[in-house]
Amino acid sequence: MADATRPPDWHGQALARRLRRRYAAERRFRRLTTAAVIGALGFLLFLLASIVAQGWRGFTETRVAVPIDLAAARLPVDRAQLGGRAADLALAGAGLEGVVDRAADRLGPDLLSPGAWLRVRDAVKRDPSLLARAATFDLPAADPIDRAWKGDGSPAAEAVASRLAPRLSTGLAIRFLTGSDATDPGRAGIWGALKGSLLTMAVTLALAFPVGTLAALYLEEFAPRNRWTDLIEVSINNLAAVPSIIFGLLGLAIFIGTLGLPRSAPLVGGLTLALMTMPVIVIAGRAAIRSVPASVREAALGIGASPVQLVVHHVLPLALPGILTGTVLGTARALGETAPLLLIGMRAFVAAPPRGLTDPATVLPVQIFLWSDQVSGGFVERTSAAIIVLLALLLAITGAAVALRNRWEARR
Amino acid sequence: MNLPRITARDVSVFYGSACAIDRVSIDVDQDRVLALIGPSGCGKSTFLRTLNRMNDTIAGARVQGTIRLDGEDIHAPAMDVVQLRARVGMVFQQPNPFPKSIYENVAYGARIHGLAEARADIDAIVERALRRTGLWDEVKDRLRDRGTTLSGGQQQRLCIARAIAVEPEVILMDEPCSALDPIATARIEELIGELRGRYAIVIVTHNMQQAARVSQRTALFDAGRLIEHGDTSDIFTNPREARTRDYITGRYG
Repeated sequence: MADATRPPDWHGQALARRLRRRYAAERRFRRLTTAAVIGALGFLLFLLASIVAQGWRGFTETRVAVPIDLAAARLPVDRAQLGGRAADLALAGAGLEGVVDRAADRLGPDLLSPGAWLRVRDAVKRDPSLLARAATFDLPAADPIDRAWKGDGSPAAEAVASRLAPRLSTGLAIRFLTGSDATDPGRAGIWGALKGSLLTMAVTLALAFPVGTLAALYLEEFAPRNRWTDLIEVSINNLAAVPSIIFGLLGLAIFIGTLGLPRSAPLVGGLTLALMTMPVIVIAGRAAIRSVPASVREAALGIGASPVQLVVHHVLPLALPGILTGTVLGTARALGETAPLLLIGMRAFVAAPPRGLTDPATVLPVQIFLWSDQVSGGFVERTSAAIIVLLALLLAITGAAVALRNRWEARR
Repeated sequence: MNLPRITARDVSVFYGSACAIDRVSIDVDQDRVLALIGPSGCGKSTFLRTLNRMNDTIAGARVQGTIRLDGEDIHAPAMDVVQLRARVGMVFQQPNPFPKSIYENVAYGARIHGLAEARADIDAIVERALRRTGLWDEVKDRLRDRGTTLSGGQQQRLCIARAIAVEPEVILMDEPCSALDPIATARIEELIGELRGRYAIVIVTHNMQQAARVSQRTALFDAGRLIEHGDTSDIFTNPREARTRDYITGRYG
């Protein structure tokens, strides 16, 4: 034990030893913090790399070059019809699908993806002279061939693929970006779920942001301090911690059971997710409002601003970046939410993108969930590709919010 | 003329059950600056903030007694507290310009009280207030800059300009120089001299010399009570109370 009566040694060995100990402790702590960041980054990179490695193939399709002699087929089509709206019907009625199938069968059985002939139809519509000559069309291959060509197929399909190798090519799968769910992985697309997600988020934001912000303002600025407001405060804090599936039950009971809104609709999904997002916005908003400096409040009240003017002119502009941050966090969580939407019926097989808020729809995370459940192997890469789309959407929303916030802060 | 603008009679302030101000009676004159002095925690700031009801914003604060502004009871139900604070402006200890442009800082009061609608009228109000506080020549080319980019002394003068832009009847200053250097302090004191007469002024200060320099009347507070008040020259040269003498000579407080 040190002798308390002796003056401390500020020179020499003892000091050097104390310093060394402090330096070592501080170095250890700093290394720990760095290690934490590196570890987190490592996990993130691993996640991104594995998803991208799996998912990029979901954005591509394998095409087979099929020679088709449309002149020999002598399709009973009137050239005049090809420019108009009746062209689709005319070509279908003339038996174009059969011609394409027979041409493909000459190369091997079950080569083409269902609906591949539609590419020929569209090509003919663009260039009617194709009807009068033989040509080679790059048509989407059937799922087994597609997977074999991407190096993940059955032995039988691998054999077919290697035989056809000179005729196979890889292209961007437009259908994946523009289509909706389908039973065949080659025809399944993400657009329906993406649009469903966008519509759902629009409803969520339109409801949760204003209501959450106003509730936060009321609780921080106008509410009297009494048992009722304490109760409200506790309820909101607890609401933020309620498991999301409970909100699904709530949405099912209120919006579908009581109010009779349509099932599977983005409107109901958005309302349900808004219930879930609101407490997050209220809590973040209250923290942001509380952090507005007291000096600004005094300045405004001292010049004779009314409480409402204080809030509208000073508190809200200063708190808005914080409220926006909370909103982005809440929205990001809602965007990735699956469980409550399953309960309100957004897990249905929906083969067309929703045209409005009340059309049946699904959302990206639910689509991912549904595809990950599919037996057919082609859905594996579709699932990964859908995850990439979801992450991209998330980044876009977060980026937009950050840009908005920075602009707001610069303007102030 | 030494007309009293504000008359406070038997004013007591309670925070919960604690008594912060105990039966204080004092007048604020139109032409004579009133300095409130006293040791920390003596209640002088509380009393100052009672005069424009800024204490209303503190939960549990309660006021007894009457305060009249030009004969009107400021606690009367008919008195709109927002109007009161426009008539009784306030300058705070820390310069607290809004995080907005210099122009907006000064124009804000005029805007919210509807004193002017046309752009030109507001321009005129801003220029007049900035000229009166001696800031105009320093900031006229940067009115769009944020108020917070100014130096501390300039910020405090901006806050004074913001207060006088709405032409208040009384200005309350709560240790306006305590965060400023001596040069900025001298500028503010000079400004108080220039504003005297146009506005009734009450200033809380910890600085005896400042009280002697800027005020014509001085009141000494201690432990929530008004110990002594009178002409500044009398208080500093010939105090009646022993405690006043001890305080101004620095023997206590």
